[in-house]
Amino acid sequence: MEGAGHVTQLTPVLSATWGLEHSWNFDTYRAHGGYEAATKALAMDQADIIQAVKDSGLRGRGGAGFPTGMKWGFLPADDGGPRYLVVNADESEPGACKDMPTMMAAPHTLIEGVVITSFAIGCDHAFIYVRGEVIHVYRRLMKAVAEAYDNGWLGTNIKGTGFNLDVTVHAGAGAYICGEETALLDSLEGRRGQPRLKPPFPAVAGLYARPTVVNNVESIASVPSIINHGVDWFTSMGTDKSKGMGLFSLSGHVNRPGQYEAPLGITPRELLEMAGGIRDGHTLKFWTPGGSSTPIFTDDHLDVPLDYESVGAAGSMLGTRSLQIFDDTTCVVRAVERWTEFYKHESCGKCTPCREGTYWLDLIMRRLETGRGTMADIQQLLDTCDSIAGRAFCALGDAATAPVISSVTLFREEYERHVTEGGCPFDPAASALFDYDSAPEEAHA
Amino acid sequence: MSATADKVPTTTDLVTVMIDGLETHVEKGTLIIRAAEQVGIEIPRFCDHPALEPVAACRQCLVEVASPGPDGNLRAFPKPQPSCSMPVTEGMVVKTQYTSEEADRAQKGVMELLLINHPLDCPICDKGGECPLQNQAMSHGWDESRFVDTKRVFEKPLLLSSEILLDRERCIMCQRCTRFSQEIAGDAFIDLQNRGAMQQIGTFNEDVLGFDGYGPVGAAAEDESGNAFSSYYSGNTIQICPVGALTSAAYRFRSRPFDLVSSPGISEHDSSGSALRTDHRHGKILRRLADNDPVVNEDWITDKDRFAFTWQNQADRITQPLVRKDGELVEASWPEALAAAAAGLTAAIGKTGTPADSKAKGVGVLPGGRVTMEDAYAYSKFARLVLGTNDVDARTRCSSDEEQAFLGATVAGTGLGVTFAELEKAPTVLLVGFEPEDEGGVVFLRLKKSAGRQSVITVASHLTRGAQKLGATLVPTVPGHEARVLASLKGTNATYKELRQPGAVIVVGERAAGSAGTLTAVGALAKRTKAKVAWIPRRAGERGAVEAGALPGLLPGGRDAAAAAARGAVATAWGTSSLPQTPGRDADAVIAAAAAKALDALVIGGVDDSDLTGDLLKAVKTAKFTVSLEVRRTAVADAADVVLPVAPPSEKSGTFVNWEGRLRAFGTAIRTDAMSDHRVLDLLARQMGTDLGTATVDAVNAELASLGAAPAGHRPTVPAEPAPAASQKSTNVAGEMVLASWHQLVDEGALQDGEPHLAGTGRVAVARVSPATAQRLGLHGVVTVTGKRRGSIDLPLAVTEGMVDDVVWVPTKSPGSWVAHQLGVHPGQTVVVKGAAA
Repeated sequence: MEGAGHVTQLTPVLSATWGLEHSWNFDTYRAHGGYEAATKALAMDQADIIQAVKDSGLRGRGGAGFPTGMKWGFLPADDGGPRYLVVNADESEPGACKDMPTMMAAPHTLIEGVVITSFAIGCDHAFIYVRGEVIHVYRRLMKAVAEAYDNGWLGTNIKGTGFNLDVTVHAGAGAYICGEETALLDSLEGRRGQPRLKPPFPAVAGLYARPTVVNNVESIASVPSIINHGVDWFTSMGTDKSKGMGLFSLSGHVNRPGQYEAPLGITPRELLEMAGGIRDGHTLKFWTPGGSSTPIFTDDHLDVPLDYESVGAAGSMLGTRSLQIFDDTTCVVRAVERWTEFYKHESCGKCTPCREGTYWLDLIMRRLETGRGTMADIQQLLDTCDSIAGRAFCALGDAATAPVISSVTLFREEYERHVTEGGCPFDPAASALFDYDSAPEEAHA
Repeated sequence: MSATADKVPTTTDLVTVMIDGLETHVEKGTLIIRAAEQVGIEIPRFCDHPALEPVAACRQCLVEVASPGPDGNLRAFPKPQPSCSMPVTEGMVVKTQYTSEEADRAQKGVMELLLINHPLDCPICDKGGECPLQNQAMSHGWDESRFVDTKRVFEKPLLLSSEILLDRERCIMCQRCTRFSQEIAGDAFIDLQNRGAMQQIGTFNEDVLGFDGYGPVGAAAEDESGNAFSSYYSGNTIQICPVGALTSAAYRFRSRPFDLVSSPGISEHDSSGSALRTDHRHGKILRRLADNDPVVNEDWITDKDRFAFTWQNQADRITQPLVRKDGELVEASWPEALAAAAAGLTAAIGKTGTPADSKAKGVGVLPGGRVTMEDAYAYSKFARLVLGTNDVDARTRCSSDEEQAFLGATVAGTGLGVTFAELEKAPTVLLVGFEPEDEGGVVFLRLKKSAGRQSVITVASHLTRGAQKLGATLVPTVPGHEARVLASLKGTNATYKELRQPGAVIVVGERAAGSAGTLTAVGALAKRTKAKVAWIPRRAGERGAVEAGALPGLLPGGRDAAAAAARGAVATAWGTSSLPQTPGRDADAVIAAAAAKALDALVIGGVDDSDLTGDLLKAVKTAKFTVSLEVRRTAVADAADVVLPVAPPSEKSGTFVNWEGRLRAFGTAIRTDAMSDHRVLDLLARQMGTDLGTATVDAVNAELASLGAAPAGHRPTVPAEPAPAASQKSTNVAGEMVLASWHQLVDEGALQDGEPHLAGTGRVAVARVSPATAQRLGLHGVVTVTGKRRGSIDLPLAVTEGMVDDVVWVPTKSPGSWVAHQLGVHPGQTVVVKGAAA
């Protein structure tokens, strides 16, 4: 990081064209430099593309931050059989809203990335697994894929290079767990979406037991820019180990919620400023750096640079860079109770800790939030989290415990007030961003 | 068995690991949980099962693991790892709950979570007392639950079939049952449904019962393929369920495991000789379970093995001898009954010392195919030594002289032949007249285990669902034409080439006897290809009867009854000067002779007249005298003159010889006064003045051992040329076609009586014809199959793709389809099929 006083600027790359008229159309995208990277890539050596992505330091934008180029490098040598690229577009994390806008506003950025990546890894059939509930995104993506076929960017003998690529857009059926890459693969194969036992890892035996690369939408959509502008351009952004730019999604009690594309390492204070600050008359209470699966922070953490290492060192995770901002009107117990209910609802049921643990956590959280809890319940929350975190089959279990543990740690006194006062000390209407009292009952939930 | 055991791992395959401070060397790839077992450390587990692929779902077996990194230094995994799915690696250090606080805490935490939604109904649960959850909660759990909320509930029970019930609230989602169904049995009738805490084991759409002839008789759920669930192996899911979620209708709420006495045994239901455990209380069998026998049935038995035990304790069980007086069978003392039986038989063999002796026409002996080797030996010896006849035949099914020569030359006294392990490892298996799922029991599971790695080729009329599960290739064959088809396997034929691979096996079933030339053609094919041959009959007693010489042309050990030297050797062993020389009649001929008054008397063991095409009851009624050795008051017993009660397998000891040739000795499970056939025959012989020497199992086995197998020259020879196929005289009757038929595993066989829940899982009877045949004859709906001699059978038609034309298949003894009894024909013979009158 540079010295104090430095002001980070937004770096619109993926979002550069979002404001254009009909930004999602092929022609618009093409007119603004779209598919130049693909043209360039198809003339390159496949190994050079992979090397460029490795050198760029691009890390998985889906939350885990695994180096993308390295993931591609895990594919075994070509044995003549098929190998697949699967794009994980099952964005479902509470607070996360970066992949959906990308696919809504600039679906061709993703498709161009798919073309380049598929070419680089020797794949002739790529899949985009889209969260099923977002029908408008699904439609727009289907339309964009059709346009890409029509314009010769998909299909056989693409642009005369002899490279063939088909893209299948598949809508999920509404399960958060299908964002877990192996559950996604099972779901894509038509099975019940539950995570697979690893090894074998998808790189070795993924979709239909063939070598498979599974990447997040934003990771793949970032590839064209790296090819276009070069490794040096990409590495000039970000921090030492967290290179490049990323979409930061701000939601909640901020004046201008939305997606802010900025170099990794930007601070929440800067982002909050860009978003017009906390809603007027209120102060920041707590926030998530990367969606509900990441331990919450408070205003003590406003200067933590939002890169993988710094956020990790501060006790949370960068995750999907989904900053949910809560002001002083918010009951932390209530917020965590909603998240816990989400994890309980989305637990796939495969392993005991997550299946039973989230069920139990939800019961306790409800009890506490409605003033029926006891002091022992607060300890039970932590004990139950201890039986889930690090014991569950996949990361969903760990994720479910993150908001619970961090909120009890930071706001224990607020939990205790729910017990001693026999109810929630907050007015739910005060935290609502809508007219709470005239809203339907479901909104009160 | 040293002959079949896998090779001992060489030291280079071993890796060294440290578990709780104990250094051990285990085979590479061993899972941590197995390696721990080898050093006596038990890690608690639920989803883990050695025969199933790991899923690591229950998380109960978490342990701390560290393994050397590239630099050689130990690196601990950041989280505890499931020991059921992680293989050991060289230098790995494992700390279980005994040495790691982290592992212990993880396990106790998982246990607590498993119990939060599990009902505390152990006092009324079938599994209580033998429950892995209960046991491991005691050994590895906390004393008290901190869960104070409402437990999840489901409607209960869910009927998976008429036999299997599911109480979902007890389920801990270990997926053992679903994995068994998919991986082992291939009947994926249940699967996980819903998610999270509401995840449950569920069945498929019950509203759309697609009928294709594989559906069960009783109410049941559908499987993954849309077929109504009718697995033959479903009972195994109950046994491997680590909680009481799966129960059987037969045992549910009947007993507490700690009140039961367990006795090891061998199944009497098929020729596999599966090891099982009989659990009984106060002399009553409550249930049967699979015993683990790695070389035979591994961990599994069929549902018939498991549930069909009620037949022996029906109301018609005979406990006292019966003697016919004034036309009525009345209870008598043993001395009185034995005297009556001896008198009748003595008269029939002309040994009364009166002038009537000159008119005596002799006795025929039908032991039946379900007796032990010791019993069969006693029948054989009794016939030859006491009754002076070779008219003894245990084969109460279709049989032939060709078969007898085949059995004498290549099966009897040959010891352990093809084994289960060899069958599993065979690159190619050719099935001739053998339907593994219906006629093989656990043989099917062994073949299923190798599905995908093994080429299975079946010479049959059509590809059954069972054969499809094995990925079998059909060689479409009209019953009776097997010999011709087998003879064509040569030269460039693909099947022939596959059979020439080392280790290939030809499996031939008992039905081959009904198709002239088939067994000879099998022998010739085996010689051409160097493939091994396994003869797999259906009934448990078949192989033992062959070994004991309870066939007209065979003496014990595969000796040819027509060979003077063989007879001499046996006569010497039996302390007599000579054995009868007159060629014996087979079962059909014995029955025909008795009906034609060419035999005076019959001695009949466990024979069900409805299994025979010949009219046994008429023969019994015509014969002057019949002695029946029976467990129950069957039609034969009812018609006999003297009925001597004998013990069912659970109440006696003895030996079944399974199809491998493996001796499957079993002890008495339940002690009663009932005697084995060999003991009763010993008493009867004694009454007739001869010491048969078969009073005890030990005595019989000592004799069999000293006789040993026939030396060369004492055996029958197989005919060199296939016998010409019997010419089927076409009568040009419309709808005439060749009958194909075999027994379904669950059907109306006598040993399945009294178990309606099992019967409900049997498949509905259908008549199968090819689409072309159905179209040619305009068949649809219900068809009538008419045999030549007796009546007819009406069955729903199931048009079967890929079936040979002009052949009709019906089950041999399923509800509404008793082929021998109703049609009086064997498979391969012609029947007439017509659309049923509306």
